[in-house]
Amino acid sequence: MTVFLQQLINGLSLGAIYALIALGYTMVYGTLQLINFAHSEVFMMGAFASLYLARWSGADQDPTLVSVCFVIVGTMAFCAILGMAIERLAYRPLRKSGRLNLLITAIGVSMLLRNGTLIAAGPLASFPTLLPQTQWQLAEGLSLRSMDVITLSVTLVLMVALHHIVERTQMGRAMRAVSHSRDAAALMGIPVDRVIAFTFALGSCLAGAAAFLRAVDMHKIDPEMGTNMGLKAFVAAVVGGIGSIPGAVVGAILLGLSETFVSGYLTSTYRDAIAFCLLIVILLVRPAGLLGKHAPEKV
Amino acid sequence: MTRGAMIGWAAMAAGIAIVWAIQIYAVPWTDPYLTDIIVRVGMSLLAVMGLALVLGFTGQFSLGHAGFMAVGAYTAGALVHYTHVHPVVGILAGALAAAFVGVLVGLPSLRLTGDYLAVVTLGFNGIIIVLIQNAEWLGGAKGLIGLPTFTNFGWTFTFVIIGGVAIRNVIASAQGRVFEAVRDNEIATRSLGIDTTRAKVTAFVFGAFWAGIAGGLVAFHRGSIFPTQFQYDRSIELVTMVVLGGTGSLSGPLIASSVLTALPEILRPIAQYRMVIYALLLIGMMILRPSGLLGARELTEVVAGWYRALRRHRAA
Repeated sequence: MTVFLQQLINGLSLGAIYALIALGYTMVYGTLQLINFAHSEVFMMGAFASLYLARWSGADQDPTLVSVCFVIVGTMAFCAILGMAIERLAYRPLRKSGRLNLLITAIGVSMLLRNGTLIAAGPLASFPTLLPQTQWQLAEGLSLRSMDVITLSVTLVLMVALHHIVERTQMGRAMRAVSHSRDAAALMGIPVDRVIAFTFALGSCLAGAAAFLRAVDMHKIDPEMGTNMGLKAFVAAVVGGIGSIPGAVVGAILLGLSETFVSGYLTSTYRDAIAFCLLIVILLVRPAGLLGKHAPEKV
Repeated sequence: MTRGAMIGWAAMAAGIAIVWAIQIYAVPWTDPYLTDIIVRVGMSLLAVMGLALVLGFTGQFSLGHAGFMAVGAYTAGALVHYTHVHPVVGILAGALAAAFVGVLVGLPSLRLTGDYLAVVTLGFNGIIIVLIQNAEWLGGAKGLIGLPTFTNFGWTFTFVIIGGVAIRNVIASAQGRVFEAVRDNEIATRSLGIDTTRAKVTAFVFGAFWAGIAGGLVAFHRGSIFPTQFQYDRSIELVTMVVLGGTGSLSGPLIASSVLTALPEILRPIAQYRMVIYALLLIGMMILRPSGLLGARELTEVVAGWYRALRRHRAA
């Protein structure tokens, strides 16, 4: 039982990080039908932005509540601007051309950011301990880390905020309209380009928060850190039904739990294959993902 | 045999003879580094021509092509390592194994379309790599080493010529028309009584076969193979080559793959910045020339177009 609860905590914590990244994939896919390969690099650069902000504000020497909050908010703002810049410079010129072109461009942007960071920041950096790292022993073999608590609460707050933005604000309604039908939204007078830019900002913002939490937890960051996390978060978004916001969260939690449970109970060597097996099984049974809507093709 | 077919066979035989003449009389006196780059270009060509058929002509977006290369490479490598058969036998066995895996992967996943197909093939690529990494008898993550170094210019380009002719002939055949019909409108094709799933799987298996050949050559190139060589970033690179060359063209992707394989080597003096430059070229190319190098045309058509334009210019 304790093993089960321990894996549950670990799985939820990992799933929360996946969820924050997966939301960016799913929202961009909803509006542009683009697998935004550069999203994983936004996550990675968020971690580096956190590091430099922490050094600049002195939070790495003396982490106070104010300075750490400054680092988090600064990272999220940096990622939002980066996301919008990518959309403006690389994707918007291609709005009229084919989806394959957009995809290749996304791959190009991803390569550019990864290798640019490698040149600018070097291959590996250690990350300061910005958050309290204590462990509460709840029972024999069952412990709760403060990082898990912080990760889950930050994620929860951001989810509630996101839900509010998407469901209750005018911009959120515009986002939903664009993802429903871009052409119809444009005809109704919705500024589609601005909505798309806002979607990128929102998704990248969440990736920035995930980057900060992950970096504090891992104690080290490198330019390759986005690749694997991004791929898994993307898989989570597809499992949940890409384009669906609750789907991304459900898929991410499911993926986090299956990874920790399989490596806890069975074997950890096949850990990286779990995501893909889950993906293939779900897509073959429910081709639109768990919560995705299947749109029959009209002729 | 018709006269056209005879000319075709003769041209192919002549091509292979020229390749071997170069191998025997020119390669020993050429800079080994240059030869190495050319051989690597040849191996890319084989992988890319299969994907050009799947992606460019049949319109199926596969992001798992490197997985088939892995199957080919490891089948060929293990066969030669354990049974000491001739490497060519290993390469052919590897290609058949890759084609077989192509059926297994293709049958369920080709029910999906577009991006979903891309994601599932990406997933299969990942699973193949994890399985190899956990197979001790295949060397696991440490790689399969100590294989014969057999791949040379002659063998690589013999396969390139045979593969190129085979794929060109498939594209020009009735089956090739079916592939293009599936790409252009799958529902319309189905309403004409054509089994589109069968067509897609056929293209997929054909592409996997040539990826398997490419993998086998990779296995005997350096004499060692590692699972990380065939990860999904390699699949993405292959897709990039096809799209940059032009979907719906065979010669375009072949030119693109030659350039993209050689480019990092040419940029090696500025090694630190080469991947950044490569990425910028990719983005610039997509924005400035979205239909790829040749679009849906072949090199011969493009050159013929230039020739006609030149003649009109002279006449005017």
